[in-house]
Parts: sequence; C-alpha cells; structure tokens
Amino acid sequence: MSEKVLMKGNEAIAEAAIRAGCRHYFGYPITPQTEVAAYMAKRMPKIGGTFLQAESEIAAINMVYGVSAAGLRVMTSSSSPGISLKQEGISYLAGSDLPALIVNVQRGGPGLGGIQPSQSDYFQATKGGGHGDYHLIVLAPASVQEMADLTVKAFELADRYRMPAMILADGTMGQMMEPVVLPEESGVTVEKPWALTGTKNQRSHNIVNSLYLVPEKLESINLERYKRYEAIMKNEPSCESYLMEDAEICIVAFGIAARVAKNAITAARAKGIRVGLIRPITLWPFPSEAVAEAAKRVKAFISVELSMGQMIEDVRLAQSCQRPVYLCSRTGGMIPSPEDVMESIEKLTGGEL
Amino acid sequence: MYTQILIAGFGGQGILFAGKFLAYQGLIEGRQISWLPSYGPEMRGGTANCSVIVADTPVGSPIVSKPDILAVMNLPSLDRYESEAVPGAKVFVDSTLVERRLEREDVTPYYIPATKLAKDSGMPSLANMILMGKLIRETGIVSFKDIRRGLEKVVSVRHQDLLELNLKALSMGYDYKPGTAYQLNP
Repeated sequence: MSEKVLMKGNEAIAEAAIRAGCRHYFGYPITPQTEVAAYMAKRMPKIGGTFLQAESEIAAINMVYGVSAAGLRVMTSSSSPGISLKQEGISYLAGSDLPALIVNVQRGGPGLGGIQPSQSDYFQATKGGGHGDYHLIVLAPASVQEMADLTVKAFELADRYRMPAMILADGTMGQMMEPVVLPEESGVTVEKPWALTGTKNQRSHNIVNSLYLVPEKLESINLERYKRYEAIMKNEPSCESYLMEDAEICIVAFGIAARVAKNAITAARAKGIRVGLIRPITLWPFPSEAVAEAAKRVKAFISVELSMGQMIEDVRLAQSCQRPVYLCSRTGGMIPSPEDVMESIEKLTGGEL
Repeated sequence: MYTQILIAGFGGQGILFAGKFLAYQGLIEGRQISWLPSYGPEMRGGTANCSVIVADTPVGSPIVSKPDILAVMNLPSLDRYESEAVPGAKVFVDSTLVERRLEREDVTPYYIPATKLAKDSGMPSLANMILMGKLIRETGIVSFKDIRRGLEKVVSVRHQDLLELNLKALSMGYDYKPGTAYQLNP
C-alpha cells in the first residue's frame, strides 16, 4: 500500500483524476475550489497533459465537450456560481451521451452568495440544472480519501454509462487536509468506438450531437437513455449505514453534514438514544432502497443539510412518506453543529417535533 | 484520545503552517488527524484560524468549535474564542501581542511572549513555532523528540534551510519558562 499523505480535498481530487488517466483540465478560478486548478496547472505540463484556464466557465465546459467527443478522459471544476454558468454545456454533454467529470465544491448561494461551505446545489445537481430530460451521476465525498476514491469512480461510471458525472463536495471538503492513500495509476484504456478519432478511411464516420429536429427520433433517443438510467438506479446506489442495526431514529446526511451528524450520534448514544445514520455516497442515483428499508424499523428520519432542505424531499419520496422526516439545517455558508443535531434528536425523542 | 485544537491569529503569522505541522506530526505518530483552515479573504491579511483534531478514533466533524487546546496570536482571537474553550482547556497566548489576561478561571493559561522572543533571536517570522513548542511541552499532543520528521514534511523542499530555524524556535518555546529573562511582558 502506498504511503499516507496529508492533502487538501481539492488537491486529492486533482491528483486522483490524473492517476485515473485524465490529461485534460479546463477551468476558471473560484473559491473554494481554486486548488484543483492550481494543482492541475502545476502538474499537467509535467506529464504531457493540458491545463487551460479558459476565458469563462462556459468556455471551459465546452472545451470539456470537445475533448470528451474525442474519446479522452476530461474534467472541469468550479464552485456554485460557476457551476450555474456551466449548465448549458452539461445539458449538451448529457444530450450527446458524453462522459466527463464536473466537480462542484459548493459555496453558499443563491446568486454570488458567499464563499463558505454549502450543500444548496443538491437540487441543481440531482434534478437537472440544465434543460431537458437527463441525469448526472452525482457522488458525495465525506472525507479527503473519498475525494480521491470517488474521483476515480466518477470517471469509471461516466465512461461505463456514457454520461457526465459530478462530484458534489463543499468548501470544507475542498479545504480540509486529511491523510489520504492515493489510488494507483490506472493505466486502463476504455474502448470508445463512438469517439471522433478520425476514420482513416477504415470506417464510417461517427457523429456526436444533441440536435434532433424530428420529435419521434428525439423521443426514442431519450427513451433509450432512460433505459440506461434505469440500470444505473438498479446497480449503482451506494451509501454508508452507520449504527443502523438497532436505530429508532435515522439521520440522513451526506458530505460534511454526515460527519457533523456522527459526532451527534456519538453524543446521543452516550445518553442511550438509539440513533443511526444513512450517508448517501451516490446522490443520484439516491439510495432509496436503503432508506425504504430503514423506514420499516425506525420511527422517524432527520435530514441534516447545509441548505434550506433539499435532500429531505428524496428522503420522503424514498419511503413514500411512511415515516416523518424532520429537517436540521443551516444555510448561507453556516454549518450545523453537533449540538444543533443533538437538539433535533432530543426534540424528537421528547415529542416536541 | 480525541483532542480538538484551535489556532488563531492574523493572516501571515503562520497560523495555518503551525496547524499543518501539528497535523503531520500526529500523522507520523499514527494518529487520526484532520486540519481545516479558515479560507478566503483571511489568507490576505485578515484573521486566520485553523482547526486541528488529533485522535485515536476516526475524526467526525473537522470543525473545532469547542477546543481542548487553544492558541491565540492576537487580541481579536482571544476575545472571540476564550469563551468557546472547554472547561479545563489549555490556552496559549502570545503575550507580546495580546495585552490582556484571560477572564476565565476554569481554563489553564500559558503566556509566552513569542513574538518578542522571535524578534530578539533574529527569526521574527517564527513566533508561531515558539508558541507550538510550548504547546507541545504542556499538552504532550505530539512527541517532541520526533519533531524533525514532522517539520521535514511541512517545510517545502525549496526552504529546507529554514528547517533548523524552525527547530530552534520550537525548542525555544519548549524550554521557555515564565519568570526567566525571556519574559518581557509579565
């Protein structure tokens, strides 16, 4: 096993992407994700890759489109306002069935918002963001180790299902340092017979496109794509279950919120309150089955989020509102404290909620 | 062991570096650790702080809001965080830059004129490490005999010449005793 090193989450994403075979990065600086771009700027020229600071986020995502169409692993990264700018390009990637990695190290919004951590782009990431019928694979790391591991996984899933994938992190995940064991160089090349690599007069030409003016054709393409989405929803949901065996209350939280929740769970358990955690690792596909399964045993759910309550809707949907779901959240760059979460737990057990 | 450390001061005092050194030293000693900086405008001269957790169990939230160990290098930081420290906390104060004493009586204060010591010894940018030396002595959060290994990780390759100076600063803090000639701001 390779050595544990201390790295910022943002740097871990960049290094893991390189080790996953990504040699093309296009971005535009924005706090709190700038270290991804800075790391790429330093490393890419040394390994024959491309680092390009585009003139805007919109330009960057369209450069991603180009490289992906040529069949290569490619990524961009930004933070919330910058990700909003990229939405048109993301929809085009989805509509053209192109794999790519988009990293969103979220900050408070809406608008230009602030620079402190947030999870308020959950809706944007999981429910569309851009126009049209499409999904992104959305992965939510909760440690620097996962920032690295899920970056590799995102590239793999994106290639396997021919669609864009997103890492949905936040300012704390990007800025914090933790020990990380970096993934090995993959060296794997994925066959992409659809890519625009030149026919060399040996095959008919490939077309990468998202424009279909005949509605019957567009419908059939969308239906085809949704068959792939069905397979993803069946095969790829992933979550961590923590102390759920005997839990009466289930907290659902991802990323930094899940780590805060774990502190609260330790405190609650010390008081004899049986609380557990489901931590979605994939936000799309949402781990609905795990939540539905938990609903059979727990009395209630608490959704802990850094937003006004967005994932809470999926927690309700996943178990068809069989059990009540309460919200414990802060917004605008504030982070709920373990004490905030504990207060929600105690209100719930005390019958106040 | 699950120790939450908060280091705070002005941007440019090496707050984040001091935290990074503790974190790496903890990692070398086989602990679970996390390091979380304040970021953004702070890096350009405002207030800076960093949360470090050194533990034997996995680290939950990396945000330190109730420190077991607090080190402050300016008055605004003491004003802001004194009330947040847990009862029984150890609080390290750069007494050159912080003129007041602690108001709380349920925490243990250590006053070290780190900035003055650093200046007098010709290493004005290393007050942070003098403070860390004292912190290591009084808390045992990491082992002092191994500090060179941690320093080697955090002092960049370009600046390895600064390694010895950092070691000197750490030792100065480690050996500092109130009431000695060093203490100019009793």
